[in-house]
Amino acid sequence: MAVKDLKIVGQPVKLRDLDTHVTGETVFYEDVRVPRLLHLKMHRSSYSHAKLLSIDTSAAQASPGVVLVLTHEDLPGKKVYNALVGAGVGPEDEPILAFDKVRWKGESVAAVIAETPEQADAAAAKVKVEYEELPAVFDVEEALKDGAPNVTAHWPNNHYIYPDDHKGAQVRFGDVEKAFAEADHIVEDSYQTQPIEQAPMETNGCIAVPEGDGRITVYSNTQALQFSLDTAAGILDMPANKLRFVGGTVGGGFGGKVDIMPEPITTLAALRTGRPVKFKYTRDEEMRVSSSRSAWRVYIKDGIMNDGRIIARKVTTYQDSGAYLRFSSYASMKHCGHMPGPYSIPNVWVDSVVVFTNRTPSNAMRGFGVMAGSFALEVQMDKIAETIGMDPWELRLINAYREGDMKSHLKPVEDAGMVETILSAAKLAGKELPANFQNMSSLDRKAG
Amino acid sequence: MASKIVNMRVNGRDEALVVSSLTTLQDVLRDKLDYTSVKDGCSQGGCGSCSVIIDGELRLSCLTPVQEVHGSEVTTLEGLNQSNSITALQSQFIEKYAAQCGFCTPGMMVAIKALLDKNPSPSRDEISEALAGNICRCTGYLPIIEAVESVVAEMSGAAGD
Amino acid sequence: MTKLRGTGFAAVNYPTGMHLGGDPTQSLVHATTSGNFVVTMSSVDLGQGLKTILAQIAAEALGVPYETVIVDTGDTDTGPHCTGTFASRTTHRAGNAVIMAATEARKAMLEVAAEKLEVSVEDLETDGQGNIHVVGVEEKSISVAETAGAAHFELGKTISGRGIYLKPPSPMDPDTGESDPDSTQAHACTVADVEVDTETGDVQVLGIKSAYEVGQQVNPELVKGQIVGGAWMGIGHTLQETTAPYYPAIDHAPKDFQSYMMPGAADMCEVECEVLEIASRNGPFGAKGVGEMVTNSPIPAIVNAINNALGVRITQIPVTPEVILRALDEKAANSA
Repeated sequence: MAVKDLKIVGQPVKLRDLDTHVTGETVFYEDVRVPRLLHLKMHRSSYSHAKLLSIDTSAAQASPGVVLVLTHEDLPGKKVYNALVGAGVGPEDEPILAFDKVRWKGESVAAVIAETPEQADAAAAKVKVEYEELPAVFDVEEALKDGAPNVTAHWPNNHYIYPDDHKGAQVRFGDVEKAFAEADHIVEDSYQTQPIEQAPMETNGCIAVPEGDGRITVYSNTQALQFSLDTAAGILDMPANKLRFVGGTVGGGFGGKVDIMPEPITTLAALRTGRPVKFKYTRDEEMRVSSSRSAWRVYIKDGIMNDGRIIARKVTTYQDSGAYLRFSSYASMKHCGHMPGPYSIPNVWVDSVVVFTNRTPSNAMRGFGVMAGSFALEVQMDKIAETIGMDPWELRLINAYREGDMKSHLKPVEDAGMVETILSAAKLAGKELPANFQNMSSLDRKAG
Repeated sequence: MASKIVNMRVNGRDEALVVSSLTTLQDVLRDKLDYTSVKDGCSQGGCGSCSVIIDGELRLSCLTPVQEVHGSEVTTLEGLNQSNSITALQSQFIEKYAAQCGFCTPGMMVAIKALLDKNPSPSRDEISEALAGNICRCTGYLPIIEAVESVVAEMSGAAGD
Repeated sequence: MTKLRGTGFAAVNYPTGMHLGGDPTQSLVHATTSGNFVVTMSSVDLGQGLKTILAQIAAEALGVPYETVIVDTGDTDTGPHCTGTFASRTTHRAGNAVIMAATEARKAMLEVAAEKLEVSVEDLETDGQGNIHVVGVEEKSISVAETAGAAHFELGKTISGRGIYLKPPSPMDPDTGESDPDSTQAHACTVADVEVDTETGDVQVLGIKSAYEVGQQVNPELVKGQIVGGAWMGIGHTLQETTAPYYPAIDHAPKDFQSYMMPGAADMCEVECEVLEIASRNGPFGAKGVGEMVTNSPIPAIVNAINNALGVRITQIPVTPEVILRALDEKAANSA
């Protein structure tokens, strides 16, 4: 359906950057050439949970080529942060450089800046840290039990606390318990997704360059330039007008470049040394240190009538945030907003709980908060079809939302297209549907 | 870590470099000679983004100590940009939308060029196999394979390169 | 050795924009002396083609040739705010901001042209080829280049425009979840065919067929690029990828591409797709967004296909050979 007579929108014009991608002339952040570049490497925690008794950087400082070593004592502004604090998310819970405790294996402890990457690496290995190991917890439901090791004092029961002291982001629409009592069938199951690495081919990184006028230019591969700039300025307690972020051409992201991890500390290193500094995650750091996609555990209980109508859906979800909050409270709210999927169900109950464990903090990836929900719902839909003996295509078409239906978060469905999309896929796959199903439309609820 | 002088010919130019024993060819090409088409996706030999041709053979520059290439001829994508087969490949990459972020693309180009030099008419399976060491996280490989197939078809149509 | 085949499918919806809104993007558009247009942003292109589609949207809204639009993005000193490239938001948010800025610039351009042609603005239209002419009287025309030159050097007028798109923030009721979470919803339905080796637990995805409903496509080849790339990523997510192979344990965390497994070029199946366009009410020219859901629909489709092939019920990902073989053992034990 064309919106109007369009000339260039809708045309398959060529991808603009391809001309230089194929010759190798595209300039990614790392291809920017600056003189007298220093290199930053991070000393990282070797424990999942430990008291940090002391940090001795003397051997690292004395190591060849080392220009500067930074620990939490050198931070001019914040000691802890959350990048969404400007959007009202809090409290800020994540150390920029660890102090008193480490809460995941790989947490940043001390930054070493040296003339070459090899010298910085060698010196980072010489930072001596004394730890007292503490019990750690890795499973979301274990973490919620009484007596589980506490990951951070901000969250005494190891879960995020939503407004009005709620344990989870929640949806309450209709009365699921009443509907379960009336349903012909109850179908329950649990679903688990794994932590996944975004794995952009270009790892996280930046080059911070002092410009001589007190300003720092940061060449960055962030997915969000101003957001990264504002966060870095906030962490370092410096006026935002002292920073300029340059980027926009990035070697893949998939949600893996929204953490704003390299930029603040590299900016500080450039400020302190007066020289350009580069901090590039190794592939190992990208795999084990940068945020993964969160792992999710989803419990679903559905009430279904013999004719295939789903009349109640109850969802309890545990999002594995890892050791710190990052954007997890946002994702669990998005997960809630996505329920009950592309279906009209008159009774919906959702609790989505952000749980803290001693794992690498998780964060965004393609389909943040939604992917795990769609996975669980659609595998559940097949179980419902099997349980009630109905064709899975027909089950979905009967329940698919129509234009104007009220969603569980009390917004009417707009721009509906699920029915047409299912019918189109059925046709493509050679699935034959009864005529009354073939005639279905998102614009009404006839037939079925 | 003793330093040594390494002589090599890079993209048709003679280079003499003083390097330490652990320096990789990747570091020399990217950071000393500014051949920035040589990408650093992992430095572990796992992604293929740093692929170059050494004396006619496809190699990973991140796993190659620069001392090993003393006396050798090294070609990066910058050095291939004039050849006919690479021009045809570049056109087909553009035509088939065979790159998105573009970070893996230079390594892909070099790997495919190395394939076509040895086997000017590879089958689809041979193309896929030849790309086994080059990771692309964006495209799902199909447009890349199609681009290579188009080049093969074009080149077999035209007599010789 | 037995190889069993199965088919599965999944239907998903996907929201456009950051959850609950409040995520603005701005754009500035100005004409150069020779009648080219620069679209200035600070949005990030991750490879999906942001620069390309914004140029298409700007050219459409300005009524000028695509080739004359330059997209200048990625510098916070010059480009106005963009919340970022994520949440399937950029086509929608940045696209709408560009339309607003281009519309203002177009108005300024037509005012200059009207002055030069001594007609009223309402009587003018663009031909998309670089000319502005009086409606129905094509010979009474002025080129965009001449118009821009006159604006600069004769009339001292700017041809420029400012644009922003903001979906106002919607609070979420903490008790009921009541909220206005998204701008629109896109839809997908994916059918997967698989073959499972019951001896090794190896799964081969034989084919993926999908229908995607994405609103107006700005560039159908770039949409297809997302769909094919997303299908590949979906296969990896379903069968191989994990940073915790023994989740929730953290042992054996991969640290390189030799231990973090993803499908290779040879593992990739054919991907067929049908794209539907049901216009979004508030998207740029009716566009919705496609960047994320392309990975979401293949995952449950493939799991459903595996369950269909084996007559088991696997409810976790990744479905590694070990998961398959354990499910088959359990099935055998239950039927014994």
